Amino acid sequence: MKPFIRLTATAAPLLRDNVDTDAIIPSREMRSVSKKGLADGLFAGWRYTAIGSREPQADFVLNQPRYAGAQILVSGANFGCGSSREHAVWALAEYGFRAVVAPSFNPIFQGNCIANGVVPVVLDGEAVASIAGALEEATEPLLTVDLEAQTVALVDGRSWHFDIDQEARGALLAGLDAVARTLQLADEIAAFRVQDAARRPWIYAPVKRALG
Amino acid sequence: MSRTIFDKIWDAHRVTQTPGGLDLILIDRVLLHERTGGVALRGLQERGLPVFAPDQAFAVMDHIIDTRPGRTDRTLMPTGTDFILATREAAGKAGIRLFDLDDPQQGIVHVMSPELGIVLPGATLVCPDSHTCSQGALGALAWGIGSTEAEHALATSTLRVRRPPRMQVRIDGELAPGVTAKDLALALLGRFGVGGGAGHVVEYAGSAVRALEVEARLTLCNMGTEFAAFTAIVAPDEKVLDFLKGRPFAPSGADWDAAAKEWLSLASDADAEFEVERLFDAREVAPMITWGTSPQQVVPIDGAVPAVGEGQGTAESQRRALDYMGLEPGARLTDLPIGAAFIGSCTNSRISDLRRAAALLRGRHVAPGVKAICVPGSTQVKRQAEAEGLHEVFQAAGFEWRESGCSMCFFAGGESFGPQERVVSSTNRNFESRQGPGTRTHLASPETVAASALAGHIADPRQVAAR
Repeated sequence: MKPFIRLTATAAPLLRDNVDTDAIIPSREMRSVSKKGLADGLFAGWRYTAIGSREPQADFVLNQPRYAGAQILVSGANFGCGSSREHAVWALAEYGFRAVVAPSFNPIFQGNCIANGVVPVVLDGEAVASIAGALEEATEPLLTVDLEAQTVALVDGRSWHFDIDQEARGALLAGLDAVARTLQLADEIAAFRVQDAARRPWIYAPVKRALG
Repeated sequence: MSRTIFDKIWDAHRVTQTPGGLDLILIDRVLLHERTGGVALRGLQERGLPVFAPDQAFAVMDHIIDTRPGRTDRTLMPTGTDFILATREAAGKAGIRLFDLDDPQQGIVHVMSPELGIVLPGATLVCPDSHTCSQGALGALAWGIGSTEAEHALATSTLRVRRPPRMQVRIDGELAPGVTAKDLALALLGRFGVGGGAGHVVEYAGSAVRALEVEARLTLCNMGTEFAAFTAIVAPDEKVLDFLKGRPFAPSGADWDAAAKEWLSLASDADAEFEVERLFDAREVAPMITWGTSPQQVVPIDGAVPAVGEGQGTAESQRRALDYMGLEPGARLTDLPIGAAFIGSCTNSRISDLRRAAALLRGRHVAPGVKAICVPGSTQVKRQAEAEGLHEVFQAAGFEWRESGCSMCFFAGGESFGPQERVVSSTNRNFESRQGPGTRTHLASPETVAASALAGHIADPRQVAAR
């Protein structure tokens, strides 16, 4: 996982509430048993003129030349609601997005972001609206997300502090993989399970039990 | 110190705390399906990691398998077969019990898991599927995760989780006749909005919840994810014990006795504290129907599409929804003609759902031009329904009778209801193009779906006499 410290990049405003994961990556675009090959299907329902087509819908934000190469997405409340499909984050990341700024995120989507090195930045609705407005008016729609300093800044100097779970921040800054860290605790987990099995035997070996 | 049911389960599963303040939580059950589980298993295998406790992991085919009679590995979704084959292969390699598409215990993961006693009260259960919260209905702490977290849970039997805040939604009063758990779930979304759960563990409590049967509680908890909750949970009681006793994967003998005693002690202490407490009166709930493209855009069945600026969501999102749904403010929902009716999904496809819908359909026929489909939630539900003759009621009424699976709850590139087609659906999501490109979904209870199919327009199920 690529570490994220700070990034100044083109930011695209998609100021809609409740952008769901079906919209981010429609199920029909999840064609292979893989985490890759999804960028093309990102926002397919909005980005292309018709289902299955690859003809750009000219007015969709990502198709506007000024937002070409965007790496930061600015959106509305409850971003990433709906299906838990991690493909939504894989599609965003593969397209090039490294951070999403929104007033709130769906909890599963937020976890998926952190697992893939995409920074979920929570700012209040007013700040998000100001940023989106400034991006629309700017000659160059640039935004800086500084994870180390926990700030978001516009080129005009306005900046906002954001809060983020410190464990998530640490993992994102270092690009750390959680499984490898947890496996260092494998003995502790195994010991806990032995104690637990004495207390709650019915939790263990359910398949063997069902077979009698 | 007083604790909620969530605190009791959480504390019993906390292996340790990380320096960053995350809890390492023991995971008792990992469930996988072919849509997002195959990729997790494959990811793990690519890293050369074994499954830590394969006996506590289960896989099932439900999401993209065909639901038409005589199904095979072929799917209507292009490339769908790849997901089936990959999951079968990966589950075999991992030594995980797979409920394949021809298994008599196969079903939608959130239907078959309770049905088989895989989920148990007081257990932690995760699945890379947002509707995993359904299974909180049995008093388990069950939540949806992504595929990477599923890899973590499989590889370590744990997850690293920040302890979520708690919310109690206390629902007192009795639901009126003809009003169901689905209507209650939709009414809660209408009142508190799709952000209302705000990442909390939401405990549904109160006399109206106690009065719900276990299958109805599964419907209520199912839409916890639509509420943006971390998960939903209901304290286990005698109804849950009666439901689970004798299920194939549930404990028996002395284990059952010990388990049952512990399960009944899980209920939140009387003076336990929640970060947020909400009250709701079940008597206010009517049969509900969504009008828009978010489950919070919902009104009573005899209501009208609200004016822009009234109800949940921004004016802009309401305008988008009106445009997508082909509606004007003030339109009465019961005036809307429908082209299709769908009964199925992890929300409403259990035997009690089918019985209630069949009671309205018995001896009647759907209106001309309405495509009507019933997809039982599991193979066991299907067989039970057939033993009771319900399939004949559905078929005589003009419904297709399918094999179990997620089916047309979502469009994956295969079957669709068609653009601008108006569908009344017992599912959980009315997002743009969820059930097909341009398809207009109205969410409701199975009764409302049945009544609407008969009438050819959205209809109040209370005006159809049960038979």
